[in-house]
Amino acid sequence: MSYTEATVQLLSPQGSLIENDATAPYLPLIRDLDESLLLDFHRQMVVVRRFDIEAGNLQRQGQLALWIPSLGQEAAQVGSGYAARTQDHIFPAYREHAVGRIRGLDLVKIIEMLRGLSHGGWNPADTGNFHLFTLVIGSQALHATGYAMGMRFDGVVGTGDPEVDAATLVYFGDGATSQGDVNEAFVFAASYHTPQVFFLQNNHWAISVPVERQSRTPLYLRPAGFGIPSVQIDGNDVLASYAATRLGLDAARAGEGPRFIEALTYRMGAHTTSDDPTKYREDEETRFWSERDPIARYEAYLRAQGVGEEFFREVATEAEDLAADARRRTLELTDPPTTKVFEHVYTDAHPLVAEQADWFAAFEAGYEGAAE
Amino acid sequence: MTERMLPMAKAINEGLRAALAADPKVLLMGEDIGTLGGVFRVTEGLKAEFGEDRVLDTPLAESGIVGTAIGLAMRGYRPVCEVQFDGFIYPGFDQITSQLAKLTYRHEGDQSFPVVIRVPYGGHIGAVEHHQESPEAYFAHTPGLRVVSPATPNDGYWMIQQAIASNDPVLFFEPKSRYWVKGEVADDGVPAPLHQSRVVRTGTQVTLVGHGAMVAQLLQAAEVAAAEGTSVEVIDLRSLSPIDYAPIVASVHKTGRLVVAQEAPGNVSVGSEVAATVAERAFYSLEAPVLRVSGFDTPFPPAKLEGVYLPDVDRILEAVDRALAY
Repeated sequence: MSYTEATVQLLSPQGSLIENDATAPYLPLIRDLDESLLLDFHRQMVVVRRFDIEAGNLQRQGQLALWIPSLGQEAAQVGSGYAARTQDHIFPAYREHAVGRIRGLDLVKIIEMLRGLSHGGWNPADTGNFHLFTLVIGSQALHATGYAMGMRFDGVVGTGDPEVDAATLVYFGDGATSQGDVNEAFVFAASYHTPQVFFLQNNHWAISVPVERQSRTPLYLRPAGFGIPSVQIDGNDVLASYAATRLGLDAARAGEGPRFIEALTYRMGAHTTSDDPTKYREDEETRFWSERDPIARYEAYLRAQGVGEEFFREVATEAEDLAADARRRTLELTDPPTTKVFEHVYTDAHPLVAEQADWFAAFEAGYEGAAE
Repeated sequence: MTERMLPMAKAINEGLRAALAADPKVLLMGEDIGTLGGVFRVTEGLKAEFGEDRVLDTPLAESGIVGTAIGLAMRGYRPVCEVQFDGFIYPGFDQITSQLAKLTYRHEGDQSFPVVIRVPYGGHIGAVEHHQESPEAYFAHTPGLRVVSPATPNDGYWMIQQAIASNDPVLFFEPKSRYWVKGEVADDGVPAPLHQSRVVRTGTQVTLVGHGAMVAQLLQAAEVAAAEGTSVEVIDLRSLSPIDYAPIVASVHKTGRLVVAQEAPGNVSVGSEVAATVAERAFYSLEAPVLRVSGFDTPFPPAKLEGVYLPDVDRILEAVDRALAY
């Protein structure tokens, strides 16, 4: 299903490393990795999946207005997320919970947003340059391109200093590839030779519309028309995701221009908790992808490498702890003060908003007085 | 204070040059603004002076221009985008209204978005479709944006610099029919605040309010009215969001009559908002209903009919007469 002859896969669905000409450029990057990072790939996938399930449960229990599950896409996100350097900037769509956690985002911030307490509200300067979620599909691609243009103007590209050279990494889905903004981002990125990686998670569904409606050709072929080198990877292979993103970001930071990665993955759950995928897709397809589960595959690899049961037990405990902590803190969340409505509409003083804030304060005070 | 006679296009050019020179983070971006100097030559000479990384000839994509300007602002730049013509702003509408306007709120103040979008706007130039429109109300309606429009070369020079210095997004509507009319530009001194409206002619019987190219028409109408024995006060709004009502309300307290004029269609417009607010704040001073003189609620017609569509001195004076008849 949608794999092509060009799909780069480092781990077979059974969890063994594939060594051939196609994987040769990527394998050295994997062999150079510290064992602790290889273990962190697994840890991060498992704990974020557990958190994701807990957040979905909280929504079903009335604690959240909405949840956006990332089930099944953990490898695409964790591999690419670990490939970015500290100074890189990440522009997510709205499903990249794992990438956010890798960069230092407190996942409860996402819960706050989907509980209706904020529109995001984290400061990218405090979350490892992980920017806010963008709900208008594909808009963030242009922001990432503009940011990368600024990096180039600032001279932090191609200096050869690994502490200085920087790039942006932007996430979007298969539906977004139909948007004008994403295509305009390709045009600007190619034209200004931006240090940037476009990371497409092709999860095969834009809510109820299959990827075949978005494109008659494999999506990794499109960037060639814009002059952007591209690669298609097995997005359920965390090692392929890491290695391809590493190569893409290294090239971008070195001043070689933008890169594009199509990660083939699958949205195992609903689009959001408001969605019902049984209305539009077949069990057979879901079964195909569940047999290619990113976590099971990587766990098999790690066990074959000799990683012992103790590690997996420890990760399972950490996952339960994270879920319990998220639940506890969600139940402790309080509604924002009414004054939040009027704050930060503008940076500089604004008479109309100030006047309405004052009016509302007086209006509320009038009711309080009447109650006394 | 030294003064020079400059057309508005040249005055804005000089304002842009001053902003580029004062702050290395200021960038200009848009279609044809570099080598050509813009289709109205407002950015003429600036690429040669500041280089292609400060004055960007962009690909032809309005959403791309605004969207990448947002990313540049996140990086610490202060981009000044040119939308080539009023009617070409709509491909960038989503990035302006859903992104640029809301990003400060979404970030809860952690990031500012000092992006200026320059828009040559309005009629009187006999151009083809999409080249003579007045879309300012869409943006004045959108929280998070500031919207201004200079009526004189002096305001063009100073207000563009103030807009660039603003830490908020500013839509800067340039009345293109006034680009080549000269006026005095003060090289120094203290400019009026960006969002202040201003009495530009004093009078006692009727208040006329407008912005951009309409201000010249209002002043002309006031001359004609004066010759006929009617004393008219004229106020240049300058800022369409926020609107500075104090001078307008003070004027209506004096005259008791208000006519609001604009090139844009009247339905749900800046003029509607001024009329509603003055009715709320100066009800007991009004001797007549607030009247609006606007473009008709039709698409902008073919150029040979623009004289029918656009309010002129006669239509303004007809409204003055109606106000005085109460």
